[in-house]
Amino acid sequence: MKLTLKIWRQKNAGAKGNFIKYRSDDVSPEMSFLEMLDALNKKLVEEDKDPVAFDHDCREGICGSCGMYINGHPHGPVPAITTCHLSMRYFKDGDTIWIEPWRAKPFPVIKDLIVDRSAFDKIQIAGGFISINAGAAPEANSILSPRKKSDKAFDSSICIGCGACVAACKNASAMLFVSAKISQFALLPHGRIEAKERVRAMVEKMDELGFGNCSNTGACEAECPKQIKLANIARLNREFYKAY
Amino acid sequence: MEKLVSKVPDGPLAQKWTKYKTAVKLVNPANKKKLEIIVVGTGLSGAGAASALGELGYSVKNFCYQDSPRRAHSVAAQGGINAAKNYQNDGDSVYRLFYDMIKGGDYRSREANVYRAAEVSNNVIDHFTALGVPFARDYGGTLDTRSFGGVQVSRTFYAKGQTGQQCLLGCYSSLNRQIKKGNVKMFPRREMLDLVVIDGKARGIITRNLITGAIERHGAHIVVLATGGYGTIYYLSTLAVNSNASAAWKAHKKGAFFANPSFVQIHPTCVPQLNEFQSKLTLMSESLRNDGRVWVPKIKDDTRQPNDIPEEDRDYFLERRYPAFGNLVPRDVASRAAKERCDAGYGVGKTKLAVNLDFRDAINAQGKNSIENKYGNLFEMYKTITGSDPYEEPMRIYPAGHYTMGGLWVDYELMTTIPGLYAIGEANFSDHGANRLGASSLMQAAGDGYFVLPNTISNYLADDIRTPKISTDRPEFAEAENAAKERLGKLMSIKGKQTASSFHKRLGKIMWDYVGMTRNEAGLNKALEMIRDLKEEFWKDLIIPGTADELNMELEKAGRVADYFELAQLLIADALNRKESCGAHFREEYQTPDGEALRNDKEFAYVAAWEYAGEGKPHILHREELKFEEVELKVRSYK
Repeated sequence: MKLTLKIWRQKNAGAKGNFIKYRSDDVSPEMSFLEMLDALNKKLVEEDKDPVAFDHDCREGICGSCGMYINGHPHGPVPAITTCHLSMRYFKDGDTIWIEPWRAKPFPVIKDLIVDRSAFDKIQIAGGFISINAGAAPEANSILSPRKKSDKAFDSSICIGCGACVAACKNASAMLFVSAKISQFALLPHGRIEAKERVRAMVEKMDELGFGNCSNTGACEAECPKQIKLANIARLNREFYKAY
Repeated sequence: MEKLVSKVPDGPLAQKWTKYKTAVKLVNPANKKKLEIIVVGTGLSGAGAASALGELGYSVKNFCYQDSPRRAHSVAAQGGINAAKNYQNDGDSVYRLFYDMIKGGDYRSREANVYRAAEVSNNVIDHFTALGVPFARDYGGTLDTRSFGGVQVSRTFYAKGQTGQQCLLGCYSSLNRQIKKGNVKMFPRREMLDLVVIDGKARGIITRNLITGAIERHGAHIVVLATGGYGTIYYLSTLAVNSNASAAWKAHKKGAFFANPSFVQIHPTCVPQLNEFQSKLTLMSESLRNDGRVWVPKIKDDTRQPNDIPEEDRDYFLERRYPAFGNLVPRDVASRAAKERCDAGYGVGKTKLAVNLDFRDAINAQGKNSIENKYGNLFEMYKTITGSDPYEEPMRIYPAGHYTMGGLWVDYELMTTIPGLYAIGEANFSDHGANRLGASSLMQAAGDGYFVLPNTISNYLADDIRTPKISTDRPEFAEAENAAKERLGKLMSIKGKQTASSFHKRLGKIMWDYVGMTRNEAGLNKALEMIRDLKEEFWKDLIIPGTADELNMELEKAGRVADYFELAQLLIADALNRKESCGAHFREEYQTPDGEALRNDKEFAYVAAWEYAGEGKPHILHREELKFEEVELKVRSYK
């Protein structure tokens, strides 16, 4: 199929960006979205032109590297998947596709579609851990955890840190991201030990880095490729109140 | 003269590690802070090592090419992580896990290292659980396990099909704690361009900042490579597309021997190639083989839909050939059996390069819910990629390059042949022999990082406490930096017509066709010739737009492909040298009449460790004889 691509090009963090129009004439429906961009880049490189820069790595939806706004949706129009898993069979011949980087103040653009997400790491560094040294752990089955709670902890822990929630939020809030980690540990018996310190530290860091607050719009949940639930934010709020 | 000293401690196998730890030299806590350690890579082994060393009080610098340490490719491991806990009361033990690994590796690994990996596996599970990794649990609150390819006990701990992600995020959290404490300094978006060796010892690295293009010098008392495997040498593989062997290869060229490069595991259950622009092959966890049955039609070119093909027209070829293990045979055996059927013309799908993995019987027996609980996310992933629903019709799968058992040669202390340079996780060669068993990769990587390396490095560092901070003004740093810059300049200046990826793709095709699941002498020689020509073409006709002083992904790719040409040549030399079939290395000339691997213990029960002899010169082979004191060498049979 033949496609028109309008891609955000920005030389570096300081430069002014704009949309550039490209044509892609031989896109097959079996390609992934990133493979479609690979094909475009191959053509650009062969013409000695600067290829479109984007983050990507595992290409199986788990590393969280890739992420771009496609036709107004983080990771594109299909729910519950990452950009690397978006198949071109969801587009049709003659389509125009708008491709942009995440737009959020705490995620400045580095180049084209690549943004700086180190703010996410900083929040995790502030408190996203259980304090235990290698060698100090008790026998694994001495920590019993009800299966239902442990399964819930798992459902929160599968966040891949891609940043789609922040990009989707009108407030650029990181509450879904933070609440997923808070929930994972809050639901495990040994995660409760540092629950208060953890939630204070992570929320404080989140605020300090310029992420906005949650106003219950739910765009984050709707766009999350791993379907992390809004209920996590409610739990984050409860944990936060309990911590003071 | 033999340069390989494995430093395996004396005494009975089961007591070696304990004995080693009681005798090892220690570093005074006050001195640890003054000792700097570079760890390259942030997967289970790298992040594990960086955190554990930080916890001990060393000054650690940790590097990764990704934007965050949380994205290292350990994240993609699916099925599980082994430990000898014997929670199921099914007769498991450290010895049995050790034995399964030795046998699974087809008797080409070092007994003492394997035993130690099995021994620390229990510490790994304890530690991950304590870090908050949400492993699957039973209703009573205890940890659950499942059985996994190639073994008859249930010892695999798992977190649905995302065990690697959960374990990696556990490592990432412990790493973050040390970053917060100031014990670890993190350097993301850095690529290691060279190793700096001073007076014969590893003393630092040269990196390129992937955002600014700046070339940087980093000094340290020791350097640890946790840089993973070289499976992307096949271009299409289950690895992350940016995974590469360049750090290990640079270290090799500086004097670290490369061991058993031809031992590459081809994973049997991957989504087959769908289009010519395909950039990777996605793995479908082999845990699926616990409930899925592998089959092809008995009739060639059968055009019926798989569900319309009756039982009597289906060839469940794994169950037929290997009745004892059936669909649970190890990966190398399953991969070759699938290739055999497809080569014989019984493959399914458009390309005929696929076999069915069918859950119909399991869904009928256990109900859809039970199957969804175990494999829900894998089924979804398959549907997302292919558009076909595995609850309704069989998955189509085909083997793909996956894990490299070969890697930098290390001794019992995980030190390479360069003093002060260590290799851990998939980057080393030591624990999986000629074939790795499922769920033992996470186990070994985390074991190396958290529990082995922190115990062995003090033996070296105890003698290094008087060495002051390594100055990066030393001429060796300038030399390495200049060499790295010169090479980048050389790549930039070719100004030809073809992209790095297009060369990589062609290299991968040669490797897959001639150096993949089966190999023979004529094919290997042909591949050598083709690669020589392709490499020459690369250095004449590569194109990279832009400059080296900015974010330039084409330049990154080109450097990695250039190294792969060289590694490919060594991989083939190793495959030619090993005139036997063992594990994943299958030489067609050496097989039994019914097509099984024919090992030659008399001549090849050794580790082939290759020494770099200089540009254009053939590598020098060093042999580490493998002595089996505990196990008896047997024909590996899964019939």
